[in-house]
Amino acid sequence: MQMQPDLIQEARRQAEICNACRYCEGYCSVFPALHRERAFADGDITHLANLCHNCRGCYYACQYTAPHEFDLNLPKALAEVRQDSWKAHAWPRPFAELFERSGVAMAAFLTLSFALLFALAQWMRPEGGEGFYAFMSHSLMVAIFAPAFLLPLLTLVVSLRGYWQSTGAQAVRLSDLGDALRSAGRMRNLEGGHGDGCNFEDEDRFSHARRHAHQAVLYGFLLCFASTSSATVMHYVFGLEAPYGFFSLPKLLGVPGGLLLTLGCGLLAWLKTRADRDLGAPRYWGGEMAFVLLLGAVGATGLALYAATGTAAVPALLALHLGLVLTFFLLTPYSKMAHGFYRLAALTIEAAKVRKTGA
Amino acid sequence: MTEPIDIAVIGGGNAALCAAITAAEAGARVLILETAPKPYRGGNSRHTRNFRCMHHGPLGPLVDSYTEEEYLADLMKVTDGKTDEGLARLAIRSSEECLPWMEAHGVRFQPSLSGTLSLARTNAFFLGGGKSLVNAYYRTAEALGVRVLYEAAVSHLELEDDRIACLDYTHDGQTHRISPKSVVVASGGFQADTDWLARAWGPAAKNFLIRGTPYNRGVVLADLLDQGVAQVGDPTQCHAVAIDGRAPKFDGGIVTRLDCVPFSIVVNKNAQRFYDEGEDVWPKRYAIWGRLVAAQPDQVGYVIIDAKSLKLFMPSVFPPIEADTLEDLADKMGLPPDELRRTVDEFNNACGDTSAFHPTELDGVATKGLNPPKTNWARPITDPPFYGYSLRTGVTFTYLGLKVDERAQCSVGNRPVSNLWAAGETMAGSILGQGYLAGFGMTIGTVFGRIAGKEAAAHANAT
Repeated sequence: MQMQPDLIQEARRQAEICNACRYCEGYCSVFPALHRERAFADGDITHLANLCHNCRGCYYACQYTAPHEFDLNLPKALAEVRQDSWKAHAWPRPFAELFERSGVAMAAFLTLSFALLFALAQWMRPEGGEGFYAFMSHSLMVAIFAPAFLLPLLTLVVSLRGYWQSTGAQAVRLSDLGDALRSAGRMRNLEGGHGDGCNFEDEDRFSHARRHAHQAVLYGFLLCFASTSSATVMHYVFGLEAPYGFFSLPKLLGVPGGLLLTLGCGLLAWLKTRADRDLGAPRYWGGEMAFVLLLGAVGATGLALYAATGTAAVPALLALHLGLVLTFFLLTPYSKMAHGFYRLAALTIEAAKVRKTGA
Repeated sequence: MTEPIDIAVIGGGNAALCAAITAAEAGARVLILETAPKPYRGGNSRHTRNFRCMHHGPLGPLVDSYTEEEYLADLMKVTDGKTDEGLARLAIRSSEECLPWMEAHGVRFQPSLSGTLSLARTNAFFLGGGKSLVNAYYRTAEALGVRVLYEAAVSHLELEDDRIACLDYTHDGQTHRISPKSVVVASGGFQADTDWLARAWGPAAKNFLIRGTPYNRGVVLADLLDQGVAQVGDPTQCHAVAIDGRAPKFDGGIVTRLDCVPFSIVVNKNAQRFYDEGEDVWPKRYAIWGRLVAAQPDQVGYVIIDAKSLKLFMPSVFPPIEADTLEDLADKMGLPPDELRRTVDEFNNACGDTSAFHPTELDGVATKGLNPPKTNWARPITDPPFYGYSLRTGVTFTYLGLKVDERAQCSVGNRPVSNLWAAGETMAGSILGQGYLAGFGMTIGTVFGRIAGKEAAAHANAT
């Protein structure tokens, strides 16, 4: 699918002004990358857009924002291109439209999956089984969730390959990926260059609130993922089946992970209500918010499910939690979740470029 | 304005904020009256990017040392000795303690920006530029209880004997009169009032572009000078550079600069060269070209380069005019084609061995027997496509201003005005008789802003 030329052209117009100014050089990776070029191909603009973490430092420091006639709003211009690039590379293509209606799609998917899973838990309840498996057999869960997890990853591989080609990226090394992971692990691009953080919830005030909230979500999510993975290993390799006690790997990873995920998403959602929507891509605001709430709800219902062990609330909570997870998985390539993959690709490409040019 | 105040600070840029913060820290109740609306607050400080700073040994982002004598020598060179040495030394000496003060009040520095590495020793660059500095100072000031009124235009200060009795300003369509104990004027030069510029320069000034804020119209400056407050400086002197002729009339800021002159020939509208384009590295010469262009017919110049020089300088905000032949380029730029061809041929013939060409150092690659000569980077203009830019005079700020002493205090008839201080561009003519030194405006603003704030607070606290 073609990217929208008017969005790229507007970002290019702004980047050319930035390139003649360079005051923002120290804020993030975008500016050194921008200053490397004298002219910007479409792929360069897409690369800059996916490198941008929307920290907004450049907007509030800019002498050319409206009402100035140059009317710069680089975070917005890049956010629009970024969103458009995800949409353009989404595969299979008909699903790309889901980006436009993320919130609605999530609500619809969630309702359907909840109904489906609730029905399954009611009418296909296994004879035996302990804990969750008393309501849904392990094999049924695997039959649903293994493809729901793997298929979206597969489509993301196709999308990222297209993205990679469109930015004209060349060969990268493992060390470039290492650089990218370190950058993402620290959210270096939300540190603001000076280490005071980014601008978000209170105009030009620098704070780490968004960075820390994002870290909580990121690490919370990874802990939850590690928890599930450890349970899978325990199940298949060691024959240790759920339910697990508190002092087991799945719980020791999953409980803090769930807490971080829930709190992080709550904070991110709150910060999002405080921030100026017009410094992002306003059309996608609702979808992004829906995604944050969905992810937070995954964490919260997971914790609730654990807390409700042995009560009558388990079947409904189980269906809700699994419905949220299913929705999250299936929409990963067509929701804000995609940003993590594209961002990592952009950071890796950028690390390779820096290595090659020395700047 | 119902709540009582001790000090009114007129203006909302770097000098005003340094004064307001210093005074508030001394316990004074401070009101900032900023003419501009909030998005344009900060005057010319919004467009600045660095602070020239004396230092003994590495300091913050600055490497090596930059001594008082060397700093002063640099100033003497650009001003041709037209400075007040006492005030100049005060600004230079105080700059060293300013840098940590700035950091403590929210300003963040970064290593020199790409394209300005020659300044890594002498100039500390603001991360995000001057607007980020202004934002940080407003945050700091407001946290200290300083009140800020935007779109508050001061129209008159009433001088009674040797003190300011009251001042008038309009805000929200209403006129207010207040009687602060102390007043700090930090409202810049008069360059945005092009009628005033034209009175000083003649009608040529109507062709000047104003690089910075349209709000520095010299209203308070004129009001005080009319009442006999001591003035300093020549009304025709200003910080003026040659900028892209397509820049907006006001507020074009940094992006309108052109760094290609050393690699070019510059002609006037008759396609005649008029000055040595390769006299020195650009950071040391950009500030004289504003006056050079102002002296040409219609106050316009034209830079001509060829393909081999296009990537030697920072990208321009507007793309260059491009043509495959010099004649076509002349047509597109409104220059007489035959004349341009003759000038370029004459220049090319005067070029010699260019093997020592080095774009970032004085390479001595010069013309022979040409008048005016080009003494560095003289390579023949031969490789198509050819590129051109128009150049106009871009005024940053005017030097005619309020005369101050080492306490930043104004005077009338050889007596100090007991409660009036000035800081920043409005008094910079006390130190800058002519010429300009990059980053020195912010030094003057910071040093004298802090002095004015301290003195104004001491006066307010004592009365």
